[in-house]
Amino acid sequence: MTRLVRPARWGAAALAALLASTACGGTGGGGRGDSAAPDGSYSVALTEPDHLTPGNTTSSYSIDVLNGVFDTLVTLDPADGHPVMQAAQSVTSTDQRTWTVRLRPGQTFQNGEKVTARSFVDAWNAAAYGPNGWANNYYFANVEGYKELNPEDGGPAPRTKALSGLRVVDDLTFTVRLTAPFSPFPMTLAYTGFAPLPRAAFTDPRRFDVHPIGNGPFAMDGDWQHNQRITLKKYAGYRGPRPAKGAGVVFRIYASKDTAWTDFQAGRVDLVLNVPPAHLPQARRLLGDRLRGTPSGTMDYLGFPVYDKRFADPRLRKAFSMAIDRRAVVDAVFNGAYQPMASLLAPNVPGYRKDACGEACTYDPAKAKQLLAQAGGFHGPLELWFSNADSSYEQWMTAVANQLRQNLGIDRVAFRKVPASDYLSALSGRKETGPYRNNWVMDYPSAQDYLEYMWGDGNRMGWHNQRFLDLLKRANSAPGLDAATPLYQQAEDIALAELPMAPLWNWTDYSAWSERLRGVRPDPYVSLRLDQITVK
Amino acid sequence: MGRYTARRLLQAVPVFLGTTFLIYALVFALPGDPVRALAGDKPVSPSALAALHARYHLDDPLVVQYGKYLAGLVRGDLGETFTGQRVSDLLADRWTVTAQLAVTAWVFELVLGVTLGVIAGLRRGKAVDTAVLAGTTLVIAVPVFVVGYTAQLLVGLEWGLLPTAGTEEGWPTSYLLPGMVLGSFGLAYVARLTRTTLVENLRSDYVRTAAAKGLGRTRTVVVHTLRNSLIPVVTYLGVDFGALMAGAVVTEGIFNLPGVGQQVFQSIQLKEGPVVVGATTALVLVFLLVNLAVDLLYGVLDPRIRHD
Repeated sequence: MTRLVRPARWGAAALAALLASTACGGTGGGGRGDSAAPDGSYSVALTEPDHLTPGNTTSSYSIDVLNGVFDTLVTLDPADGHPVMQAAQSVTSTDQRTWTVRLRPGQTFQNGEKVTARSFVDAWNAAAYGPNGWANNYYFANVEGYKELNPEDGGPAPRTKALSGLRVVDDLTFTVRLTAPFSPFPMTLAYTGFAPLPRAAFTDPRRFDVHPIGNGPFAMDGDWQHNQRITLKKYAGYRGPRPAKGAGVVFRIYASKDTAWTDFQAGRVDLVLNVPPAHLPQARRLLGDRLRGTPSGTMDYLGFPVYDKRFADPRLRKAFSMAIDRRAVVDAVFNGAYQPMASLLAPNVPGYRKDACGEACTYDPAKAKQLLAQAGGFHGPLELWFSNADSSYEQWMTAVANQLRQNLGIDRVAFRKVPASDYLSALSGRKETGPYRNNWVMDYPSAQDYLEYMWGDGNRMGWHNQRFLDLLKRANSAPGLDAATPLYQQAEDIALAELPMAPLWNWTDYSAWSERLRGVRPDPYVSLRLDQITVK
Repeated sequence: MGRYTARRLLQAVPVFLGTTFLIYALVFALPGDPVRALAGDKPVSPSALAALHARYHLDDPLVVQYGKYLAGLVRGDLGETFTGQRVSDLLADRWTVTAQLAVTAWVFELVLGVTLGVIAGLRRGKAVDTAVLAGTTLVIAVPVFVVGYTAQLLVGLEWGLLPTAGTEEGWPTSYLLPGMVLGSFGLAYVARLTRTTLVENLRSDYVRTAAAKGLGRTRTVVVHTLRNSLIPVVTYLGVDFGALMAGAVVTEGIFNLPGVGQQVFQSIQLKEGPVVVGATTALVLVFLLVNLAVDLLYGVLDPRIRHD
């Protein structure tokens, strides 16, 4: 069993395009008739979500469902991730700081209520209001007035319940004032945390959480049956850009991905979103074109405690990075499913350069040893930090430890395996005494989402570079992606030259589907486009 | 017997209080902040954190937390999970699944186990006896997850006889395969226990006397010998019923049955005190009741044992 709640991966799970081909036969998927779902519907294997109120969940499993029930303001283009209007007609700004959102007229929620500017503003205020304790609270931190709704520890309760930065202009228009210029803002609006809420969400929140009412192409068909299923049916009153092509979707909830895979083979579920790496060789053999892997936004890194003087020399950090054979670890631990990385950004992020890291991320034991000697060698026992959330962490850390031992001659290596619930507070408290596992799940496909949150102010490594920060600031206020990208890349180059944290590999997500389905085109930005899929 | 039952039920009260407190304290002692852990890699604003801590009484000392839990219990409120589900609803759902699974497994091991035991006992030393011995040894030797995955792949996937996983088809179809897997270990035990005691009793004086009186072999075996032989078997089956309810984590996992075992496992990881306490306390009550039933059954099976 892995983590119950996986953080946001709405840009993650997924695969390159193209239609499901009928060419491949064999067993696996759709073998035993149509017990999987009723007429015109199809079934999808899911893990139990935490909540179904969009503002209160960061779980990718919730988001897979909510993407069918809600239309966010924008969605992301399957090819390159640029924002495409969905519930919005336009999102514009002249200074990258005050944004005007105009809604597409004529939208209704599935209970008939009209979708207005108020539906968005109310939803955002509820999420941003600290005492509600909603999971997406932090996504509103750059809207003006967030501080007033979230006083520091021990402060008095907030006196207002509304973000001062949000202003309703008319029924279909509202404005958002941010604390600083932020050019990737429209892109962030594709996240389900920014979805609108009808009045019903506030009158009976408990009921809404098991039976959300949205503005998307699918409506809930009955309540969420905890740990068993969630059923969606086509919403007839939908007037948006992506009407459902199928009749409905049944999400079957599995506690274990291995069981989901077995059920898929027995033809009892049509679509599996995360095929476990252990089953990949079998899946490749059986499914052919009905198995697709695409890069996700999720990355693993090896971070260094730069504030510890043993790790203060960039040459030493480079030596560590060059002593790690990323390909060998990926093959041994993940069945070759992941992709070794030489970039701080994931491959689906605009501005990604395949070999940004250059020599420093290339496996070269001789050069590594030389660099380590120049840096004065490494003294004392080496402690490697990771959490116990998943057994694969220890496996790959062990492999890395062996390579460091072999290639750099560091023979006193110890593991610091920390309980998952304590791991992040240990890192943010800078308690780590050696290199540590750092994992990042993309929020939105912008270089800013990686560079600012991991290398920016208050980072875990204790690394500081003013030129890097200035470049980020300039990029954030640049008018549009084309102007911002070169600036983000320059900042990335600085972080790579000093290498306070070395990239390791990118997670690839594998989806598999049965012969019954047509139009499954997994892409790296939205893991599941429910509206596109039809049943044979 | 009425007074005996009443006394036993009264004894359950301190046991109940003791276990709930003990389990609550154990969950309390687990390291880490559950709210922060739920947020994963993302930062949580201090006010949101404070609000959640207050909602789940996480800032209170152990005794106060436990007191609030008990006070809720008196009002019939078992508390909430971190996802806002009522623990009472959750446990009702989960216990239905686990009870169906446990009963299936239990009936399976009772019927098949006793039958196999009797057959082997009556044909001692013959091929049937050896086959039962070998078969049960194999079942006891192989861990439950091996039996589980093998049965799932063969019966469910390859032959398509029974569903591979889930509760979609309802009872009994969905529960047959996992029930058999879960009951297989107990079945082996029951069969061997029945066989051994039966063989022993068949040699005893009263059987010879019965035969000398001219009593038929069937009547001797069924009414006299088997009844006497069943006492250890009943003890085992009683204790095992509790174990079946509690020990189904692996089987529930393999067959995707959302039962109590899985829930407790997840909730311990999440540090969800109210759920762990609620589920395990119910389990303790099941054990207490089953043990009482077993003790009362002794009296029925063996008139020499009396409760007053």
